[in-house]
This record gives sequence, C-alpha cells and structure tokens, in this order.
Amino acid sequence: MSVASTRHGGSRSLDRLLPFVLLPVALVALGPVTRLLLEGVGFGDGFTTTHLSTVLSRPSTGTALKHSLVTAGGGTLLSILIGGAFAFLVALTNIRGKAALVFCLMIPMMIPPQITALAWMQMAGPSSTLLKILGLAPPLGSPQPLHSAGGIILLLGIQHASLVFLTLRAGLRMIPADLVEAARMSGAGSLRVWAQIVLPLSMPSLIAGGAMAFVTALGNFGIPAMLGIPAQYDTLPTLIYQRLVGMGPSVLPEVAVLALLIGVVAIIGVLFGRYVLARRGFGLAGLSAQPLSLLLGKARLPVEIALWVFIFVILALPLTALLATSLLPAYGVALTLESATFEAWREVLLHQPVTRRAYGNSLFLALSAAAILLVISLPLAWLMERRGSWASRALDALIDLPYALPGVVLSIACILTFLNLPFTDLTLYGTIWIILMAYLARFFVVMLRPIQASIAQLDPAMEEAAASVGAGLGRRLRDIVLPLAAPSAAAGAILVFLTAVNELTVSALLWSSGTETLGVVIYNLEDSGETVMASALAMSIVLLIVLLMGLVQAGAKQFPKGVIPWQS
Amino acid sequence: MAELGFSNVSKQFDGAPALQGIDATIRSGEFVALLGPSGCGKTTLLRLTAGFDQPTAGEIRLDDQVVAGHGRFVAPEAREIGIVFQSYALWPHKSVFANVAYPLEVRGVPRAARRARVAEALALTGLTAYGDRMPAQLSGGQRQRVALARCLVFEPRAVLLDEPLANLDLALRASMQEVFSMFHRRTGATMVYVTHDQGEALALADRVAVMESGKIRQFAAPEVLYREPADCFVAGFVGDGAVVSARLTGKTRGECMVLDVLGQEVRARSRTATPTHVSIRPEAITLSDSAMLRARVTNCTYLGGRFRLSLDAAGETLVAFSSCRAAIGEGVGMSIDDVWAFHDPDHEVRVTGMPSYA
Repeated sequence: MSVASTRHGGSRSLDRLLPFVLLPVALVALGPVTRLLLEGVGFGDGFTTTHLSTVLSRPSTGTALKHSLVTAGGGTLLSILIGGAFAFLVALTNIRGKAALVFCLMIPMMIPPQITALAWMQMAGPSSTLLKILGLAPPLGSPQPLHSAGGIILLLGIQHASLVFLTLRAGLRMIPADLVEAARMSGAGSLRVWAQIVLPLSMPSLIAGGAMAFVTALGNFGIPAMLGIPAQYDTLPTLIYQRLVGMGPSVLPEVAVLALLIGVVAIIGVLFGRYVLARRGFGLAGLSAQPLSLLLGKARLPVEIALWVFIFVILALPLTALLATSLLPAYGVALTLESATFEAWREVLLHQPVTRRAYGNSLFLALSAAAILLVISLPLAWLMERRGSWASRALDALIDLPYALPGVVLSIACILTFLNLPFTDLTLYGTIWIILMAYLARFFVVMLRPIQASIAQLDPAMEEAAASVGAGLGRRLRDIVLPLAAPSAAAGAILVFLTAVNELTVSALLWSSGTETLGVVIYNLEDSGETVMASALAMSIVLLIVLLMGLVQAGAKQFPKGVIPWQS
Repeated sequence: MAELGFSNVSKQFDGAPALQGIDATIRSGEFVALLGPSGCGKTTLLRLTAGFDQPTAGEIRLDDQVVAGHGRFVAPEAREIGIVFQSYALWPHKSVFANVAYPLEVRGVPRAARRARVAEALALTGLTAYGDRMPAQLSGGQRQRVALARCLVFEPRAVLLDEPLANLDLALRASMQEVFSMFHRRTGATMVYVTHDQGEALALADRVAVMESGKIRQFAAPEVLYREPADCFVAGFVGDGAVVSARLTGKTRGECMVLDVLGQEVRARSRTATPTHVSIRPEAITLSDSAMLRARVTNCTYLGGRFRLSLDAAGETLVAFSSCRAAIGEGVGMSIDDVWAFHDPDHEVRVTGMPSYA
C-alpha cells in the first residue's frame, strides 16, 4: 500500500516508526530465553550435547528433579483443595463478607515466599516466640518441623492457592445460572447440583488453575531455600542457586542445562493448562446476568466461621509470629511486655548499611522497572490493539514466557546473555543493570495486560474524533489514549512495583555485593542467624505491600475488569 | 466549504465488497443524506470520506485535491473534515469547554482567540451554560450538541454526521433535526448525513443518496425520490405506498402514457419508454363506491386527521388514505391515477443500465 501525505508528515512518519518499538521489546523480553535455548545445544563451543549428558546423568540432578516434582505436585494438590473450596463457596453460595475474604486470601500471593517461610518458621519449632508465650514450645534442640518436604509442600500449597481460586472463579462465572435452576427444577438439592452440574462444568478451570499453581510452585525459590537448604533437601532451583553461588560463572553451562530442564517441565505445565482452558467451552454462554447462588441455610454460619478461622491460621497467625519475633531484644529470649523493643526495627531501617542499601536498591529497581515499562507499554499496547500485525501478535503470544518461566530460568538466561554484551567487551554481570534487565523482561506482561485491556475497551471513535479535528498520532496518544488508559496504567505500575520490590528468585542469582535487594537481604540475614532483624525487615515489607494493595483496591472502580489480579 | 467528489470508489473488507463503483458529487454547501438499510455501505462511504479507511479502488476528491486514490492518501487529521459520531465520542476526561477547544488547541490558536471561538460555538449550539460540565453530566441531546460544536468550531471544509440521532428519543430527535438545519443555514457547511431513517433524510437533506448493497440506487432531491423513484428498491424504501408491475398498452393521454395496472388502464408519468413497474403512492388512489376496481380492506390505522387503509386488490397490497374509518374485510371501490412508471433493472435482462441521476 503506498501512502503519501500532503501535510502533517510528522504523524504519518510516527505511524511508520512506531512498529520499531516491537524490536527492542522483543530483544529484551525474549532475547535471554532464546540465548538459554542455544546454550543447551552447546552454542559457543560448537554444537555438542556433552553438558547435557554429564549433567543429566549426575545423581544430584535426578534427586533434585524428583524433589521438585514431589513438592510442586504436593503443593498443587493442597492449592487445589484450598483454592477450590474457597472458589466454590465464594462464587456459588450466599456466604457474607466475600470481598474481605477474597482480599485476605490474595495476601499470601503478594507476600514474597521467603517472608512467608520466615513467618511460618516463627510459628512452629523450638524457638517460636508465639509457642513460648503460650508455653507450648517443644524443647530446645528438637527439629524445626517445617524443615522438610512436608513443610515445603504446606507453604507452597498456601502460597499458590489464590491462583487456583482466581482461575476457577472465572470459570464458575461463565456457568449460566439457568443451568443450575434447571437442575433444581428437576429436583436436585444443593449438594447434588454441585457434584453433578457445577463440578463437571468447572473441571477444566480447576485443572488449568492447578497447572498454573504447579508451574509457579516448580519455580518457587524462596520457600525451598528457607526450608529445604537447612535440611539438605534440594529442589532444582535451590540446586542451581547453590552451584552458582558456590562455584561462580564457570559452572554456567552446567546450570544452564538444569535451568532448561526446569523450563521444559514448566512449559509442559503451561501448555497443558492452556490446552485444557481452550477446550473448556461446553458452549457456555458468557457472563450470566445473575450470579449462581446456592443457599447454605443453617450451614452458612459454621461455614463462614470455618473460612475465617482458616484465613486466621494461614495469614494472621504467621504474621503475628513474625511481628512477635521482630520485637525481641535477641533471638531466643521470651517476649514479654517489658522485653519488647523496636531495637531491631530501628537497626534495620535506620542503621544497618546493608538493609538500607537493599531498600534503596529494591526501590530503585522497582521504580525504574515500573517507569520504563509504563513508557514502553502504552505505545506497544496501542500498537497491538489498533495496528495488529503478525509481528505484534507473535510478541503478544510469547511475552508471557519470561513471566511464566521459573525465575531461576530467566536469571540463568540473563547471566548468559549479559555476561558478555554481544559485540563488546562490557559485562552487566555483577551490576544492578542486569537485575533491571531481568525485571524488565519478567514483568513486561504485568504492565502490558492492564493497559491492553483498557485500550481494547476504548471506543475507537474517541481517537477518530481527535484525528478528524486535526490531531496527529502523537497528540492523540498523549491527549486521548494516555489519560483514558491512565488508571489501568497506574494499576499496572503499582503491580509491577509490588512484585519487583520484594522479588527474590531472580535477584538471588544476579546480586553481588552492593546490589543486594530486599529479598536477598532477608534471606541472607536469616541464613546468618539474624532472625530478629530478618523478621523486622520482613514485617516492614509486609506493611508496605498491604498498604499498596489497599491503594489499588481503593481505586478498584476506576479500572477495567480484570486489571486487579485479586479481582478477576 | 468544499465540494466532495467520488469517482468509481470501491471498498472491500477481506475480499467482501462493501462499496462498488460509487460515483457522486456533493456540491459545496449542500446538505446530503446517505439513506439505506443497515449494511448498505453508507457508513463505509462516510469513513472513507473522513479518511479512517482507504478505498480499495477509485478516487475521492475534496475540491481539486485528491485525498484518496492513485497512491495518494491524506490522513484524516490533515483533511479538515469534521465528523459527529453516533456515539458522540466526547472525550470523557475533558470538560465541555475543553472538548470544544481541542481542535483549536491542536491548531495552535492563541488562548484568547480560542476562548472567543469556543464561546461562539457553544452559544450557537445553546450550550453556553454548560462549558464547565463533564460529558458524563450531560443528557443525550446535550452531548450531541457538544459533538456538533466540537466539529464546527474549527470551520471544517465538510461536516459528516454518522446516524447522529440514533441514540436519542423521539422528542429529542425532532428538536435536534431543527438544530441541524438551523446549523446548516447559518454556516452554509457542506454536510453529509448518514441515516437509516427516511423521515430524517427527507426532512433535512437537499438531496438524498439511497444506497443498497454497496451501491447508490438513486441520488436526488427528496421530492423527486418520492414522486419519481428510479427502481423497485427506492420506491419501496422511500415513502408509503405500493410497487406493482405494469404492462404497456401503447396508448397515451396528453403528456402521459397509459399502462395496464391491475387490469385497469392507468395514466402514468415516466422517463422511460419501457416501464416494468409503477409506484402507487396513497395520493394516487381515490376511494369511491362506484369505481370499477374493487378491493378489500385488510387493515385500518388512524394517523390523526385521516385513516390509512391497507387494501387487497387482485393479490397486491395497496395503501390509501381515507377520511372515515373502514371495517376490516369491507369491500371498497377505487380509482388509480397519475402514478410513476419506471424500468426496474433487476426484473429483466439488463437491456439498459441503471438510470443515473447523480
């Protein structure tokens, strides 16, 4: 198509330049993953499968793979039980206080896993401050029960229950209410309706949610690192971490194979989930006008109490334990009103150079990632929605990959890519920039999807009206699209910030002295026995997260549907 | 104000034709309506004119400037054509004043001049008191006026209106119609008005282009469309009445030819020597008990002041007006005079082309 313009050449050329946004985005987001794939087949020293066979034949690899599958599998089953029960009860029945319940169930998802692990460790075991107050603590020297496969499974299950919950609830909302009404008219009671109508119809969503929980659990580093490493129980991510931290970049080719291994398992999980979801359609017609509502009758109050007790146990209790530990003058001392002190808080937030630096680094990384992604995502989302091409559609499909793949996989991929910058002698390894690059790749989709959703909902006539009165493309994007997509963009930016500020998995492999992040420092403090300071730091982060989540929640009405992850 | 020209304009969407061979000229300062059922291509033609889509073939001109065709394409923002959308497309984050001021802001008009011109546009559309409101605080009719003010404030070379009254209730439609024609009188703008409502088109436009399946079937003044439809589609789509096939008798009476319609000899005006059909408007039928042609009343509705009768005569349904109520099933006599005869291209091997009035 030949296009010539008489005036306003600027806007037409912008129209032609804009597609070039795709290139750097594709490079940053997909470059590292591609580089990792090449490494697996021996890129650099000729095509060889030596590394592949050495690493795969080593017994530690098999053990770690088995551990990964056992913990991720067990955690997934638990997630399905918890998330499924909550989803069915919240979406189908007439229990009260649903919004508050859902918000509370979502908090574990937003709290970094190593903080979850730390909090639970303060709740159980011989040094538990809470148990000591109650006089229930096991004798000193008895093992921490959570330092085991069972402990890892328990925490993974709780951490990822919300993924199952969200997927299943979205599926349940697509079941037309009249299907259930028809069953009731045929004489089926609540339980029978659930078992014979709702459960079969929602099974694909349940399985897809389970697949997501499995992939996320597989890539989880914080929980097996805190609970598994002390018990010499290695999963693939912790094995990669220990190898790389112990031996340095010389073992890169080996750990790349491990990363590929875990990546392959994860991708199988992702594809399986998508396949099941795509086949979901029993020809169910969209959102039903009326939500399903099964009456629980007399069982309502006991069910509500049970749900809130459960929330209390998985959320309030561990966080209380964490808070209690953070107020100790020294680890192991009993907490009383007299002995409670904010000394650790003061130390962590004001005095310790490492923790202050970590706060600085994490805030810098999270803010930069959010700001850069915000600037790129707006034109990109517009391009994908309004000027679809094969290139933008391909990017649209693949951009989930860096987020869906386990963090360790992306980290290894980034090290490989940026250890020697292509065509130069420079390296980003050991600088804060490699972490930023990894964050950009990983969180792109978190920023892009909300903006995409809001632009898709925008009446194209808004932009056409601006064009007809003389506004070129640049002006239209600035004056019309930007302000109207701003609420979603803000939500996306806060989500990126929220996820990045307490990120551990990626930075655990990429940090070096001076570029520690909050996630790394919490892990290191706990690892070196500074449990009280770790707890204080963790608690301050939890407060920051809940505050930010509340901020997003407060603006919930401004955002298009589907922008807030805990409000699908 | 500019003249709009279309030469052999065609548009296909994924191979499916939406417009075929559109040839038309809209004179400077003219108010033209594009009328047709949904899917006839009228909105596509409007969007091609605005520049939101590019024609697959053919040429669109704005005065002497080719804005689309022959490898040239002028972007919508460079065409200086205003458009009022069916959804109004007011920017929800800008106040009424800011919405109307935006075209001037884009053009870099100085603040003071901008204020004056916006105030003038708001006054013209009766919105002076609403400048500070946000679009969400306005009623449908007020939003429509804002959209109109926004499109007129920069004195465009032509104004396009895409079903502007479709979302308004009946009472508002009538008053907005008056606003549009007042507007056209005051500004003398070239206006193209898309609608599927023949009442609107006939009431407002200087000329109406009746469209069907991507083609212009007839492009003429409203009274011509009514009295002298070009084919069966236009005769049936515009105005009340019936379309009945006719046969030549070879006789003439004065200026008119005489045709065999429903077995009667009827005087007909025509522009063709080989008519196939006649359009019988209600005015052409006179009811009288003594008339030869008999019909049965199948329906009777009161229109205020007169009754509209549906009549079954020899298997055809005719429409007549009557001053008194008729019982359903009642037999009446009627005479037909002064009908319009035309040659419908779809009812015969195409001997002659479609008559063009453009």
